[in-house]
Amino acid sequence: MSIIREPTSVDLEITVDVPVEHAFKVFTEDFDRIKPREHNMLPVEIAETVLEPKVGGRVYDRGVDGSTCQWARVLVVEPPHRLVISWDITPDFRLEPDPARCSEVEFSFTSVGPEQTRVRLEHRHLDRHGAGWQGWRDRAAGDSAWGIYLERFRALAEA
Amino acid sequence: MTDVWYAVSDSTRRQVLARVAAGPCSVGEIADALPVSMAAVSQHLKVLREAGLVSMTPAGRRRIYQARLEGLAELRAELDTYWTQALQSFKEVAEASYRAETTEQKEQQ
Repeated sequence: MSIIREPTSVDLEITVDVPVEHAFKVFTEDFDRIKPREHNMLPVEIAETVLEPKVGGRVYDRGVDGSTCQWARVLVVEPPHRLVISWDITPDFRLEPDPARCSEVEFSFTSVGPEQTRVRLEHRHLDRHGAGWQGWRDRAAGDSAWGIYLERFRALAEA
Repeated sequence: MTDVWYAVSDSTRRQVLARVAAGPCSVGEIADALPVSMAAVSQHLKVLREAGLVSMTPAGRRRIYQARLEGLAELRAELDTYWTQALQSFKEVAEASYRAETTEQKEQQ
């Protein structure tokens, strides 16, 4: 599924056997069923993930105890072809409060047949998170950051 | 290649790595910053290099050590997995709901 290999972006593509309008509608309205649940910054399990499909809308996880974690902002909504959200998560998996240090994800929906849509995903400007990596350096002398870093490393190594 | 887990299992070695990650430096500079002899620092650097966490560049008679900032590559690998999973779920959800919709329409006709 991977295509172009820019060093600072992740590019993916998938073809779905539905019309473009349906594809866009499901993506924006059923995002809860799309986003991997195990990606969770809340201390409790996720009950629901909400994507508010309007510019300035929030993307957030709501935990089973009602607490929420907003991890993205909706930047562009152009039904049924384009959706762009920010990615406000640091490489060591915390919320990034500074928009200048956030990357962004563009989803484009192109009709390739009456009942077929190509969806492209570009998660770009990953280098903006570089500052987060430097933040990690500062904390590296302590032990707490290592736990997170090594857990991620382990998960990757075992993948 | 030395195991990364082993490389960071020692607290002095973690301090050496933290010092290197703060900016390129020589063995002497690391030893000055930590209560460790230059010989011990060299040993720790050797392990860190073998684990791929630190690289060394000769600069005249000095050797400059630097952390290998490969966080970006790791991040990309992680996001690749994450989004591939998301797109696969999307395909399943979209196609199932579309099939359900068209079946319903046919039944109504």
